[in-house]
Amino acid sequence: MGKKEVKSNNMPKKYNEITVGFGGAAGDGLDKSGNLLARVINRLGLYAISYNSFQSLIRGGHTFLKLRISERKEMCFGDNFNVLLAMNQDSIERHAPAVEPGGVIIFNSDKVTCDSSLLQENIHIVPLSFKKLTSEMGKLIPIMQNTMILGSLLYLMNIDFKTLEQVLRDIFKQKGQGIIDQNINVARIGYETALEDFASAKINIDWNFTHISKPFYSGNTAMALGAVAAGLKFYAAYPMSPATNILHWLVANSERCGVLVKQAEDEIAVANLAIGAGYAGVRSMCATSGGGFALMTEAIGEAGILETPVVFINVQRGGPSTGLPTKTEQGDLNQAIGASQGDFPKVIMAPKSSTDCYHIAGEALNIAEQYQLPVIILSDLLMGENFETIEPGSWSHEFNIKRGDILEEIPQSMKEKDGFKRFTFTPSGISPRPLIGSEGMAYVAATDDHDEDGVIISDVFTNTAIRRKVNEKRMRKLDGVLDELEPPQLEGPEDAEVTLIGWGSTWGVIRETIEQLEAQGIKANQLHFSYLLPFHSKEALQILNKCNKTIVVELNATGQFARHLKAETGFSITDTILKYDGEPFEPRMITQRAVAILNGEPLDLNVTETEAREMAYHYIRVHLKDKLRPSKIIEVSQNGYGESVWVLDLIERNNGEMKGKLTIGVETGSTHKWDPTN
Amino acid sequence: MSIANTITENTVKTREVEVSPDWCLGCGDFGVLSSFKKATLEKEIKPHEMLVVSGIGCSSNLPGYVNAYGVHSLHGRALPIATGAKLANHNLKVVITGGDGDGFGIGVGHFIHAMRRNLDLTYVVMDNEIYGLTTGQASPTTMVETKTKTTPRGNVEQPINPLLLALTSGATFIARAFSGQPAHLSSLIEQGIAHKGFAFIDVFSPCVTYNKINTYAWFKERIYKLEDEAPDRDLTDFSNAMTTAMEFGDRIPLGLVYKVDKPTYEDTEPVLLNGPLVKQPMGIKKELFNKLLQETM
Repeated sequence: MGKKEVKSNNMPKKYNEITVGFGGAAGDGLDKSGNLLARVINRLGLYAISYNSFQSLIRGGHTFLKLRISERKEMCFGDNFNVLLAMNQDSIERHAPAVEPGGVIIFNSDKVTCDSSLLQENIHIVPLSFKKLTSEMGKLIPIMQNTMILGSLLYLMNIDFKTLEQVLRDIFKQKGQGIIDQNINVARIGYETALEDFASAKINIDWNFTHISKPFYSGNTAMALGAVAAGLKFYAAYPMSPATNILHWLVANSERCGVLVKQAEDEIAVANLAIGAGYAGVRSMCATSGGGFALMTEAIGEAGILETPVVFINVQRGGPSTGLPTKTEQGDLNQAIGASQGDFPKVIMAPKSSTDCYHIAGEALNIAEQYQLPVIILSDLLMGENFETIEPGSWSHEFNIKRGDILEEIPQSMKEKDGFKRFTFTPSGISPRPLIGSEGMAYVAATDDHDEDGVIISDVFTNTAIRRKVNEKRMRKLDGVLDELEPPQLEGPEDAEVTLIGWGSTWGVIRETIEQLEAQGIKANQLHFSYLLPFHSKEALQILNKCNKTIVVELNATGQFARHLKAETGFSITDTILKYDGEPFEPRMITQRAVAILNGEPLDLNVTETEAREMAYHYIRVHLKDKLRPSKIIEVSQNGYGESVWVLDLIERNNGEMKGKLTIGVETGSTHKWDPTN
Repeated sequence: MSIANTITENTVKTREVEVSPDWCLGCGDFGVLSSFKKATLEKEIKPHEMLVVSGIGCSSNLPGYVNAYGVHSLHGRALPIATGAKLANHNLKVVITGGDGDGFGIGVGHFIHAMRRNLDLTYVVMDNEIYGLTTGQASPTTMVETKTKTTPRGNVEQPINPLLLALTSGATFIARAFSGQPAHLSSLIEQGIAHKGFAFIDVFSPCVTYNKINTYAWFKERIYKLEDEAPDRDLTDFSNAMTTAMEFGDRIPLGLVYKVDKPTYEDTEPVLLNGPLVKQPMGIKKELFNKLLQETM
């Protein structure tokens, strides 16, 4: 322990935002620490946005939580990385090299060391011995090292201790004064140690605190709350990452919000439970991820032909199959568009931020009931599981619930004629539906195709006229839906050199990319789609025809939205920027590739040096018992592999002893050879 | 035109013409339909008070032949649809009808879990030991050695014992009937509807077209009524019910096998203490909304 400063003689940079990364293993309490910090930030009137990356590159269950803290509300977690809070040694090895010059690394020096040769220029190391610093406090649970580290962090971020103290009081209110005092004291030790011993590591930033407290919600919890405000009464689910938090939130708040939550045996049951509830007349919703959604698809068509309102949420993760359960992707658009056999009206919406998840849940429930059809919401892990500070006033508890035509009595005209006709062929395609249980309107909703009365036509020899007309009636409902949905709009200057086109959760990161491009002197604008089906083809084409270069940016391997756009408008875009490695876009990645596209540079899919290191870590974990780490790396072109290769020196983790060379193909990424020393 | 008052009447004029059962002449399902109508008449259930849910198969066409609210849903999915509807409005009397393929094949997972939940539902399975609508393939209750289109050398798979499955899955009312004895069947359906909890009634309903083994005659030779032979049996005795359920061969028992009173799912779900979900207010009060936001600050 002690003061250790590395290359700290540069001019201090002036900051206006800070990105903090928490690295550790599952069980290190990163979520709680991140949440604690976010509460402090949100009470001060600042903004936070998080990204929680679950990694298993070094050891099972490695987690890295990034929190971007700013005075302005940011819409993505950005590019920067200023402070690393390393809860274990892996975090140092994995993340310390990425901390930007001028940054800070804080850790518990009882169990973690930091090799300064790993670091960039001008990094401040803040080792804190939890054992020594808290020696007078008696036995403490190990996780309290986080509280000490957070105390130090606040001093180094130029935030006073008061707010943290208040947050600790509130969080531990139930646990009694002893626990509250213990936490405050440990946090204060961290704060004061930083003040006394590491003042030179303090980041040069002056915050303007408004002290307007703000809520902190993830897309999943926002979706749940938004649905409740919009009249949700029934929710069914089968646990599946990354949709499970919707289930957890609704269960926790079920009684006070008056929502019946049912966990079912599988997603097929879930979808049908939701349809049953929707049929019986309550606002009904269910959520899952891609695999569960696949199981629900037959039921989505069922909701279509039964003309039953229900909302299906797919919080996408990396596919196909089990794929990447804890990683993000926008890979299920094709699946959603193609969900269920045959033609029937369905609506697909994709919220653009956690804040937007609140609104879209209500909108989906309204559309589902007014038009009596299934609405699919495509969220994703990035938006669903990660939290953002919510701007006060962007959500209201008041929601205009539009239920459409629900009959509690049979209309006089029907009563006098043939009786109740559930599926009356109307100009809008919407047929008034009875509140099930109301007198005089008993009817059967059948998944076999049927006539206006609901009598099935599948067992007559043929009835082409009824089949044609009932099909047209159902599909006609989408005309009304389209009129109701906000058409896409160009954001940014009309005369831009390049238009970045996206859908769903990439809205924020593309927005920041536009700023980065502008800073480089490239005029850019953004065209974003929240409504994917039915599609505003006419409006989209009008905009696209005025654009110069057009690039679709999406988080999948095949450009699913680019193809959808082409199918709906006939428009050919200039190029795509695709990412399908499990991690979300950062603005700089899009900016760099957009510039490259504008310069006519081809796409380079070779394994980068950073990626070669990641592959080496994986090889070490699987084949070398996790005892080594990659050190020097060189690219060798003349070799017997038919491609350039990366050759990495692997050294002993503890003493740095050379243990051998690992050869990885630059083009294929194949691990060609492990050549141990001696 | 007057509005019908019982589920046996038809509301819609055209229905009387178009909607007569499309079952084969002599199909066991006719007996089930008439028994079902009779049971609801006895209980004086009005059309709008009842929801009849089915899956897919010959017997799943039944909701179309009665005057009640109905959902003719997907193959195997009648129970989850019924569960969702019942949870949304537990004032509705909900009956599920279907076949052995629908309930014990594609839908067997839902069958087990629905019984575990003990919702107040009545499930009538028309068990003909064959897939009829798809023209005669082996079903989950087809007996060993039976030849069908898909088991030309005789079925080698052990049939499911629906009564045993129901017992071990937590159903609180378990009965067996025969469509050739409609009065007995009707009485069991009536009791099933009256039972507060999950009532399961397995009905032998012969397929006259594709099952030449389990015919009316075959059943008549074997069946006997539990109430005749064991009128004083303890219906809450689980072990006794297991023994009864396992009797299938030269003699096959009919009647009520097991009946216990346990709290239903609806009784224990706190949200439903405030009445049917469908009647509860929608949206959120300002105080609660603000509290939920406050809790994250």
